Formats: sequence, C-alpha cells, structure tokens
Amino acid sequence: MTGPAVEAERVARTYRLEGFSVRALREVSLTVERGDYVAIVGPSGSGKSTLMHLLGGLDRPTSGRLRLDGRDVAGLSPAELARLRNEVIGFVFQAFHLLPRTSAVENVALPLVYRGLGARKRRAAAAEMLERVGLGHRLTHRPNQMSGGEQQRVAIARALVTGPSVLLADEPTGNLDSATGESVLHLLETLNAESGVAVVLVTHDRDVAARARRQIAMRDGRVASDSAQTDQEPSGGTP
Amino acid sequence: MRLAEAWRVALDALRANRLRSALTMLGVIIGVGAVVVLVAIGTGAKNEVEAQVEGLGSNLMLVVPGRLEFGSAPSASRLSLRDADAVAEVVGDPRRVTATVASGETVRAGGRERFTTVQGVLATTPEVFDRPVGRGRYFTESDVRTGRRVAVLGATVARALFPDRDPIGQQVTVAGVRFRVSGLFAPLGQSLGVDRDDEIHIPISAAQRLLGVDRVDGLAIKAPDREHIDDLRARVVAELSQRHPDTEFSAVTQEQILGVLGDILGVLTGVLAAIAGISLLVGGVGVSNIMLVSVRERTREIGLRKAVGARPRDIGLQFLLEAVLLTTVGGVLGMGLGVGSSLLVGALSPVPASITWWSLALAFGVSAAVGIVFGVAPAQRAGRLDPVVALRSE
Repeated sequence: MTGPAVEAERVARTYRLEGFSVRALREVSLTVERGDYVAIVGPSGSGKSTLMHLLGGLDRPTSGRLRLDGRDVAGLSPAELARLRNEVIGFVFQAFHLLPRTSAVENVALPLVYRGLGARKRRAAAAEMLERVGLGHRLTHRPNQMSGGEQQRVAIARALVTGPSVLLADEPTGNLDSATGESVLHLLETLNAESGVAVVLVTHDRDVAARARRQIAMRDGRVASDSAQTDQEPSGGTP
Repeated sequence: MRLAEAWRVALDALRANRLRSALTMLGVIIGVGAVVVLVAIGTGAKNEVEAQVEGLGSNLMLVVPGRLEFGSAPSASRLSLRDADAVAEVVGDPRRVTATVASGETVRAGGRERFTTVQGVLATTPEVFDRPVGRGRYFTESDVRTGRRVAVLGATVARALFPDRDPIGQQVTVAGVRFRVSGLFAPLGQSLGVDRDDEIHIPISAAQRLLGVDRVDGLAIKAPDREHIDDLRARVVAELSQRHPDTEFSAVTQEQILGVLGDILGVLTGVLAAIAGISLLVGGVGVSNIMLVSVRERTREIGLRKAVGARPRDIGLQFLLEAVLLTTVGGVLGMGLGVGSSLLVGALSPVPASITWWSLALAFGVSAAVGIVFGVAPAQRAGRLDPVVALRSE
C-alpha cells in the first residue's frame, strides 16, 4: 500500500449534548506518513482526544474527509469500521486496558480472534510479538502478576500483533514512573524504526513530545502548530 | 469471531463469577425441574387412571340411573334385578351382564374386624370385569338365586381378618349376618392411593336382604365387540327408558370414561406445566437482570474489544451466548433435578410419576429459548455501546 497512513482533510467533529452543540474539533487537516513518529500535545479540552479517536477509527467526523490507510471512513458501518481498526490501527492506552484473568499471550492474541485466526496461529504470532517486546519469559503471566511497565509492553505487543499501519498511543507513560516510561518510549521508538509502523503519541508531557520527529500542538479544537509545517501557514488558521 | 471462540469467552466470563452464575442458574434449574416433575406427576396420574379403567375389562359399559355428570347428585335408583334380566335379553347373552348394589359395612372374623366395601353382585361379575378368583371359587348362579350367604374376599380384607390362617371355608359376619368364605381375589394393588383389594363380593340377593332393599345401583355389560358398542348402548338405554318412562339413564363405555378422564387430567397436566412455566419465566428475568449487570461491569472490556476490531455482532454474540449458556446449563441441571425428584416422588408417595421425553425436550427447549429471549436485550445493548464512551468508563 502506498500513500500516507492517515489523511485528514478539514475534519470536524461536533457533539450534541442536551441541545447544545460542542465543537470539539474544527476543520483539522493533517497527514501522517508511513513510518512517521508524531507527538500530539495540547491542554485538556484542546481536542486532542477527539482527534485521537478519529484517527483510530473509533469515531467518525461530522464533516470533512478522513482516510485511514487510504480508506475513507465516511459511509462505513460500525462493523466495517471495526474491521478497519483491526487491520490498520493499534491502540496503546494510558491504563493499559488488558483483560484481567487472561494471560499475556492471550491478551496479545485478542485482536487476532476478531480476525478469525485459529488458536494455534494466534498463539504463535502473540508469543513472537511478546518476544519482540522483551516479554518472551512472561507468556502465561496474568496482568496482576506483572509490573506496570510489563503490562504496557503487553499492550504494545497487542497493538502491533496485527501489523497495523498506525500505532496510536494515548499517554502511554502516564501511569508509569519515569524510568519505566523511558524504557516504554524507547521500545516504541525501536519498533517504529524496525517495523515502519507510524507512531502517533498523544501526551501533555513536553519531554515525551520532544522525542518525536514531529510535534503537533492542539488548541481550541484546531492545530495550533505543526513542526512539519513551520515554514507554512498552520492549518485551521489560528491567530 | 468464531463460534467456538465465543463459547469459550462466555464460559470464562461465567467462571469468573461462579457464585453469581450459580444463583442465576438456580432460577432456571428450579423452573425446569418444576416443569419436569409436575408434568411427570400429571402424566403418571393419567396413565394410572387409564390403566385402571382399562383394567375393568375390555368393551365394558356401565349403566346407572340419572345423568352421569360431574356435580350432579346421584338419583335414587329404580333399577331392579328384573331390569338386569331385560338388559340381558337385549344383549342376547346373560353371561355378559351383571348388576351391583354396594354398601360400606363392617366385616368381622374371630376377634378382628374391617370396614370395607360390600359389593352385592351377580355370578357373572368375574367374567364381565375380567377379574378372576385367585383361590377357591366364586359364587354360582344358583347361589345368587337362593341368596346363599357366601363371600369372596379381596386380598386386603383377607389379610386383615385372617392374618395367620387360610380364610377359605371360614365364617365372617357382615353387618351381623354370617357368611362363609368361598374364594379369594388375586391382589390388584393400589391405584392413585385407592386400595382396590379392599372389598368383598356377596350374591346380590343376599346383599339386598342384608340391606333391606330390592334396588340395584347399576348394571355392567361386557359388549361382544367394540364396533357395535354404541349401537348396543342405545338399545340398552331405550329398553330401560321404556321400562321406567320417568327416569333418565346413563350408559357410559370404557372409551368414554377414558376420554373424559384423559381430558380432565390433560388439562390438569397443562395447568401444572403452565404454573411451572411461570417460575421458568421468573428465572429468565433473573438471567436478563444479571446480564445487564454484567454488561455494565464489563463496559471497559467491551470498549477494548471494539477498539481491537470486535464488531457489534461479535460483542452481542458473546453476551447472548453467555445468557444461553446460563439457561441451558441450568436447563440440563434442572432436567436432572426434575427426573430425580420424579423418581423420588414415584418411590416414596402414592402419587405416580411418569417422566415423558417430551416434557424433558420442552423444558430444555424453553430454557434455551428463555436464554435467547432474555439475553437479546442486554446483548444488543453491549453490541451498540460506543467504543469511545465504553473505553472511558470506570
């Protein structure tokens, strides 16, 4: 597949809450190339979470055009959108979101369940992925038997086991101490370099953001600045 | 997601909350068990009554004065032994007709006594009712003609009065009058808690003298064949109506009795099953309730599964299977409970219980259906959850 991993053209998202319209995102245009390493920063309420949900295919824009891996999300049914997420996107959350009472290898294999892969193939792929994130010795451990750093590594393995184009990480180091956070970031960077998956990292931590090749700052539902376009007019036209 | 995978996930979820799953299942177990037991009891009662009526002898027809209806008082009989002779003419064979006059009397022998049913009947009775004498002999036509005081004892009466000696040839007194025991009936056993061996037969002439009456309570006819039984019935009723113009007569055949009893007991079985069905319904509501709780508890899990590619129907299927698993496992356990209880009831009480395959199939099918019906709403709710909202929930 050629072309950018993510392509957003004048994407807006408006929520309706008890009669009020809340414009969480106002006409954002954004392209994430394959293998890119992007940090999205901004204060809470700036629209970065909404943008993240749109880029992850968890939500659809109210207007504008959004292409994930070249596929337009407009007009996709919830089932088609789920399939798109399964094939193109990998998620890493601040709170890990691992299934309790479920071993590391089964947690990692979960996305492959919804791809319809057989148990043996799933297990083999999950075990290999855990090996790559340095948890080859923790296959049968459950989340409550692992440290926070190990749990986040399991989550990263789960995000990458399907071979996605984009890995979306929402505050991946938010629940970790700085040393552990550092090693998780290092892992993300290594995987980004090795596998060519585009990493989009949402964070409010300036130091974390500074490590990315490209920083996008959000404010009031718009892109306030984009380091890839410093010599251009920022999209959305902030004052 | 493959179906086998969905089953495994559902099973894991139920295992994670063992006590809750067990308690939810209990509602279904009790419901299904109740259906099986109550249908077994209803069917058992029906079978036993039918066996008893059939045991009266084949092609049997009973004739009584008055209208044979539930709730109507028996009218005073104007039938006499002459009517029995006239009916025998109609039937064409006196050996196929018997008459009866019955009364509850105390029978004594030695120092022992027993209150039992005394049946004054004709000598043709063993043939008409297909009830041969076990030992000794029945009384003869000449015994009836002369009003000889001989008695044939049912097994229970014989045991009560003569626990340690042979009753044949011994004396018993019926309402103070002496009779000689000429024979013993073979035991028939109990049906529906009624002891069918608790009676004695004496010649009808002797019974009429004993009771100071000349009436006959009813007639019994063994029709020569089944095809012409309705025709025969009409002719018998016509003959009796002609002899007693101011009295109505009812003649019922064994088939009619079977039909009426079958209908009544069928309705009874249906009502019992419906009552048990209500408890199954309540169990289903419990399943629905617990599934809604489960969906709420696992909202974040649902969000995560959706994020990694679960379609709405994958999530819906997972929760639906969980509900169906609850009710079908409950259904199987309930069938076990029902069969066990039915066997226990049959063994320990006079109430008969007959387990039928259709009640098992019905109970299991209904429990599975209950799981689907009551699982659909929670499953749909889970399937439609917005992944963004679900992931954020605590």
